[in-house]
Amino acid sequence: MSNFPFLSVLTVAPLVGALVVAFLPRHRPELAKQVAFAWSLLVLVLSVVMWVSFNAGGDRFQFRESYSWIPNWGVSFTFAADGIALVMLMLIAVLVPLVILASWHDAESSKRSVPVYFALLLVLECTMIGVFAAADVFLFYVFFEVMLVPMYFLIGSYGGHQRQYAAVKFFLYSLVGGLFMLAAVIGLWVVGGKTFDWQALSQVDISTGTERWLFLGFFLAFAIKAPFFPFHTWLPDAGGAAPAGAAALLVGVLDKVGTFGILRYCLPLFPEASKWFAPWALALGVIGIVYAALLAVGQNDLKRLVSYTSIAHFGFIGVGIFAFTTQAGTGAVLYMLNHGLATGLLFLVVGMLISRRGSALISDFGGAGKLVPVLAGVLFFAGLASLALPGTAPFISEFLVLIGTFTVNKPVAVIATVGIILAAAYVLWMVQRTTQGTLNPALTEVDGMRRDLNLREKAVVAPLIALIVLLGFYPKPVTDVINPAVQATMDDIGRTDPAPSVGTVQEAGR
Amino acid sequence: MTELKLPSLNYAALAPIMIMLGVALLGVLVEAFVPRRLRHVVQLTLALLAVLAALTMVVLNADDRIITAGQALAVDGPTLFLQGAILVLAAMALLLIGDRSVERGGAFVAQAAVTAESADDRRQAEGRNGLTEVYPLTTFAIGGMLIFVAANDLLTMFIALEVFSLPLYLLCALARRRRLLSQEAAMKYFLLGAYASAFFLFGVALIYGFTAGIPGRGAGVDFATINAAVTESPASPVLLFAGMALLAIGLLFKAAAAPFHVWTPDVYQGAPTPVTGFMAACTKVAAFGALLRVFHVAFAGAAWDFTPVLGAVAVLTMLVGAVLAVTQTDIKRLLAYSSIANAGYLLVGVLAPGREGLSGTMFYLVAYGFSVLAAFAVITLVRDEDGEATHLSRWAGLGRRSPFFAGLFTFILLAFAGIPLTSGFTSKFAVFGPALDGGHAWLVIAGVLTSMVLAFPYLRVVVMMWLSEPGESTPRVTVPGGLTSAALMIGVLATLVLGVAPAPLLDLATGAADFVR
Repeated sequence: MSNFPFLSVLTVAPLVGALVVAFLPRHRPELAKQVAFAWSLLVLVLSVVMWVSFNAGGDRFQFRESYSWIPNWGVSFTFAADGIALVMLMLIAVLVPLVILASWHDAESSKRSVPVYFALLLVLECTMIGVFAAADVFLFYVFFEVMLVPMYFLIGSYGGHQRQYAAVKFFLYSLVGGLFMLAAVIGLWVVGGKTFDWQALSQVDISTGTERWLFLGFFLAFAIKAPFFPFHTWLPDAGGAAPAGAAALLVGVLDKVGTFGILRYCLPLFPEASKWFAPWALALGVIGIVYAALLAVGQNDLKRLVSYTSIAHFGFIGVGIFAFTTQAGTGAVLYMLNHGLATGLLFLVVGMLISRRGSALISDFGGAGKLVPVLAGVLFFAGLASLALPGTAPFISEFLVLIGTFTVNKPVAVIATVGIILAAAYVLWMVQRTTQGTLNPALTEVDGMRRDLNLREKAVVAPLIALIVLLGFYPKPVTDVINPAVQATMDDIGRTDPAPSVGTVQEAGR
Repeated sequence: MTELKLPSLNYAALAPIMIMLGVALLGVLVEAFVPRRLRHVVQLTLALLAVLAALTMVVLNADDRIITAGQALAVDGPTLFLQGAILVLAAMALLLIGDRSVERGGAFVAQAAVTAESADDRRQAEGRNGLTEVYPLTTFAIGGMLIFVAANDLLTMFIALEVFSLPLYLLCALARRRRLLSQEAAMKYFLLGAYASAFFLFGVALIYGFTAGIPGRGAGVDFATINAAVTESPASPVLLFAGMALLAIGLLFKAAAAPFHVWTPDVYQGAPTPVTGFMAACTKVAAFGALLRVFHVAFAGAAWDFTPVLGAVAVLTMLVGAVLAVTQTDIKRLLAYSSIANAGYLLVGVLAPGREGLSGTMFYLVAYGFSVLAAFAVITLVRDEDGEATHLSRWAGLGRRSPFFAGLFTFILLAFAGIPLTSGFTSKFAVFGPALDGGHAWLVIAGVLTSMVLAFPYLRVVVMMWLSEPGESTPRVTVPGGLTSAALMIGVLATLVLGVAPAPLLDLATGAADFVR
């Protein structure tokens, strides 16, 4: 373990980059893009170094740093990362440069300042890293809320159709959740003896009634953020209106804050309440899986379709978390990573299709594979990853969630399995209607549809495809990091895995 | 006949008040003897110097914890903190009042007696220099506020109330443009204010009656006597409750709490914008300073009785402010309702027990004052040939026209919405934390729920400015001169600093959070 202050540097670095980019002259957009890209690569390099120096078998929280901030309220800049946070930080560091690369020309169509767009992306990276790196509840809350501001402007200023409505809806939904959490944060601060330090708070005994209310405050915020059914209605609007790059970050990373928050804050801080509410949370997860998948089948807008698939996937993650077994928990965390990769890829590819066609409607496509075969192939791959085909990374996580859940709660696992079938339906039907079949004659008249993937776009999709395949066959480096953290979380709520009764169900993927 | 004993006066402790009132009188003389063309500069300089001198005295007195002037004035931690706050915010407001670069001749009417909407009126609106009487009026008001937060008996408090209210009524009527609106605002404010004063005075009388008959003490309206009477008086508690209620009405009127808030939107809209800013910042500090002292010192023993009632008022205030803010189409009225909702949050702080509640409320007052003055400073800048363009639809696309000022205003709105890293968030935490600690969870939940509602109107303005396309009628943003710029930047910087590093001011507020009883 190194003593380098990784987490604070990682948090601050993108912000500095954002300031640099924002103050670049408006008429030099190329320079702004290059600086932003270089900066995000720098963050990526730093994150890789951090990943390497993380000791998987060591302490639960590593890279801990603490600086006093508001001593009157016991607030400090405390950063620390466990395995779960580390994986998410890595995901951010990988996705942001790819998103910047993929969004190279996105901002130009909006008549607005191009440097500001990339500066906002970097600000968003800063807040996302901060929210996963924080080990102080107050600090977490600060990042949780501030995160809304850059995303709001990304959607509202650079988005597509109905962007104002979507931006405001996104902001208000998240703010409502955030304010419920604020009440719970203050409550936790009062019962926890006026401290915000996560480790101190996790030792506090809270009376049952209070604990349930506080849990609800946090859970509501996270359920809106994730989003779980029935708090999901903002996501299709936001995902549909956001520029593709921002949408990839929105569902790929931002929404993981919700599930991460449940794992880091709800479960360890309120273990009794978590167990008490678990059946409800499981029910929400299962409903989300089926309901969102059904809605996804019926979508005619590509970005909205991908958004609905994400809601279904978040249902899986929620089920994995609240099954309270190490397998399901590991599966859920792995799902958070894989979903970020797979859906991120899907969003970016869909964005490439949409920018070529100038329309997001599935009915405007048809037989596109004949014009842009490589792009169609990548879309197909991204779709397969999204439906968790064996051999792609999401399969492992989905499988882990299902068998982990099956050992303790068979009905939930069985219903959730329906989600897999529906996933095949919405993905394959979408792929069929867009890229297969007879060529839609209107497509040949659109200039963009004659250009297949260029080098920049190949550079965007290649790393993601490689990672999805690699982690599909060899997830060990990631599970090694996740497992101890999930184990510790399960210990926090005092659940042990049921002993396998018949046969030997080994932990798959280990 | 007994010899009249003169009370001893601690002149150093009273210096801030005496400086402000003295300079106000001097300002009247300036009006009489200084040539017209010099008056503006002389008056503004005098007023600013007076505020600076008074502030210096407050800082020098920082460790005073005394009651002087025969029990009439308490110069203790909260007094000094709030006096300092009033003076700093008043200095910012004076900068806005003194600005003549944004509008030729300033924001004030040149001749208040000219019939509104007449030909003469139009001529005076076209650039004749505004009245300079506004400076002595403002200094009087500041002086009154300084007494108001220091008053240690109800009669002194009443006199201070009148000293700072009367100049404000006048100032409201002096807008250069839309004079009918301005005069209507002043009339409403004056009439309702007069009623509120009468309620207050009646309350004082009832309390005086209540204090009669405590063994070993004469009747009186100083806070120590009232405090003793609350537990020891043989009189019927009905007197106490009625008196408390009437006093509260008078004070809550000034604080713009529901259901005594109805004047606020009209007055905020009609008054000249710098005066609106002055009222929104300084009057709030003064009113809540007095509320804190009355309820924490005089009626501390009756906390069980007044907490549910004031709590209900707080919830109602938050609800009314937040819900009605949603429907507003005029930016000044929107900020008026927002200020009502903020009065509700401040009342939550007033009800939070102990030092932390007190220091949190004082912190909130300062933080809110800075933000709201900066907000009104921006409003003075957005204008067309008819003056300020306050209708919300006119703000569409402003972010495109002048990204810098729209950015500043967006930041202030985010602060009002309570986004972290702004003072709006830290100050909400400063009052909600102690309130929850004191067992008022219902107030905190009401505060959080109304914050959600209130976020919508703020966000709507942000959407208007940034996400809408600029229209034909989108007004220009005037590039302000030094005075308004200074006020604006101070306000924005304070909003940022108090959000990022609130610890120093919190320390100061905590150190000051002890009343001398």
